[in-house]
Amino acid sequence: MSLPLPTRRDEAWRYADLDAVARLWPLAAPESITVPAGGSFSRAIVQDAGGVHQIEMHLGKGARAALHILNIGGDYGRIELNVTLNEGADFTLGAAQIGSDAQTLEIITNVTHAEPGATSRQVVRSVLGGHATGTYLGKVAVARGAQQTDSEQSVKAMLLDRTATANAKPELEIFADDVKCAHGCAIGELDPMSLFYLQSRGLTPPAAKTLLLQAFVASVFEGADEEEALQDAALQKLGELV
Amino acid sequence: MLSINNLHANVADKPILKGLSLTINAGEIHAIMGPNGAGKSTLGYTLSGRPGYEVTDGEVWFTPNSVRPEPVEGPSFSTTSEDSKNSPSTSSGQAVDLLSLAPHERAAAGLFLGFQYPVEIPGVSNVQFLRECLNAQRKLRGEAPLSGGEFLKIARAQADAMGMDMEMLKRPVNVGFSGGEKKRNEMVQMGILDPKLAILDETDSGLDIDALRVVGEGINRIMRKPDKAVLLITHYQRLLDYVQPDFVHVLAGGRIVKSGGPELALELEREGYAEIAA
Repeated sequence: MSLPLPTRRDEAWRYADLDAVARLWPLAAPESITVPAGGSFSRAIVQDAGGVHQIEMHLGKGARAALHILNIGGDYGRIELNVTLNEGADFTLGAAQIGSDAQTLEIITNVTHAEPGATSRQVVRSVLGGHATGTYLGKVAVARGAQQTDSEQSVKAMLLDRTATANAKPELEIFADDVKCAHGCAIGELDPMSLFYLQSRGLTPPAAKTLLLQAFVASVFEGADEEEALQDAALQKLGELV
Repeated sequence: MLSINNLHANVADKPILKGLSLTINAGEIHAIMGPNGAGKSTLGYTLSGRPGYEVTDGEVWFTPNSVRPEPVEGPSFSTTSEDSKNSPSTSSGQAVDLLSLAPHERAAAGLFLGFQYPVEIPGVSNVQFLRECLNAQRKLRGEAPLSGGEFLKIARAQADAMGMDMEMLKRPVNVGFSGGEKKRNEMVQMGILDPKLAILDETDSGLDIDALRVVGEGINRIMRKPDKAVLLITHYQRLLDYVQPDFVHVLAGGRIVKSGGPELALELEREGYAEIAA
């Protein structure tokens, strides 16, 4: 099998060219989750073995769903979410991806506000070291007539090495005129002054880095059912990076 | 406690410290004053090992376990640093080559730098941060870690003494703190970490009169002891009203150009640096 994994050579590959990972085929059918009108759903997912994971979610009128995802495993770990929101539904995604060595980690979301008054909030944090690549591609589509949509995407990545790559691409496709769609995106490095401050108080360099990175990703898991387990798994993976 | 000999340091290849020598004995409080750009903050950063502060010459010996030999009766100020050199107070303890240590090792050895601009660390609570720091230091010194309960007891006592409530101690480090609160927090940290030598870089800047008094009292309470020493870096005499220095030095052009007793600070305040540093 000579096809390489997606690389940073080709812009288009970074996000969605699944032909490049055809060796992972055949894929299982996407998992389908339907949250009935007025219902609620939550799940924590730790992706620690690689592969492509596809989830289709449908939220009925006034339904609520929260997904918390830690994407850390495998040479190639991709999580794809296709979410459709009916009237007044509420979707929350809190995701962290932490990659080392030559890992390629991706979170791809497609959130469709099909009816008025739905809310969605996506917070994604990536920490990437070595030659790892971390990608977030998030599309929010607001259907014609889906007024009073309120959506938010907050995407941040921290690069630990100059050889690591972060891609972040929030997308909006809006066919309504009374909506609030916020998106923010930042890619940076650990602040040297913060690291020095922590070390001047006695923390070893790895401990100082871990503490800052832990704080960087921690917020995405706030309120998760299995918050502690997620934080612990994230911390363990961070410990391997610093 | 601390012996600096002919220290030269560069920042971004630019020489800032140019042959600075200073001896600080246990039990002493020294103040360093000087005009902007003299190298005051560079001295603090160089001694605590900030990356980018490159020592090009000289040496610094740190003797954390030194104790002032005999109790001093009343204020008896020596006026030259020559005197202090002749009365080494290394009655016990081993001198370490400070410059060979990493910043966290310097901290564990007993050095504390009070930052002029304490850094905000979002997402990390003060208590978590300080407990990790204290236990990291203890580990390096071969001491057992403190339990959560033991740590909280110390933290509460120090916070109380600085008029800081526990809620604030649970908040992320310095995030949303006013200038005065940040400096108070530095003092709480100093109280908890209990260093042997504190270098306080413009701890008085940004403080109102009440906060200045509280911080000054904090420095005296925590650090004015026979086995501790303080190096105060300041622009103004006003902090020295609360924390009486034993020695005052003028730093200009990367060197100490004049040393004296507390009266030197008053003289500086009156005459300005230009006259004295000339």
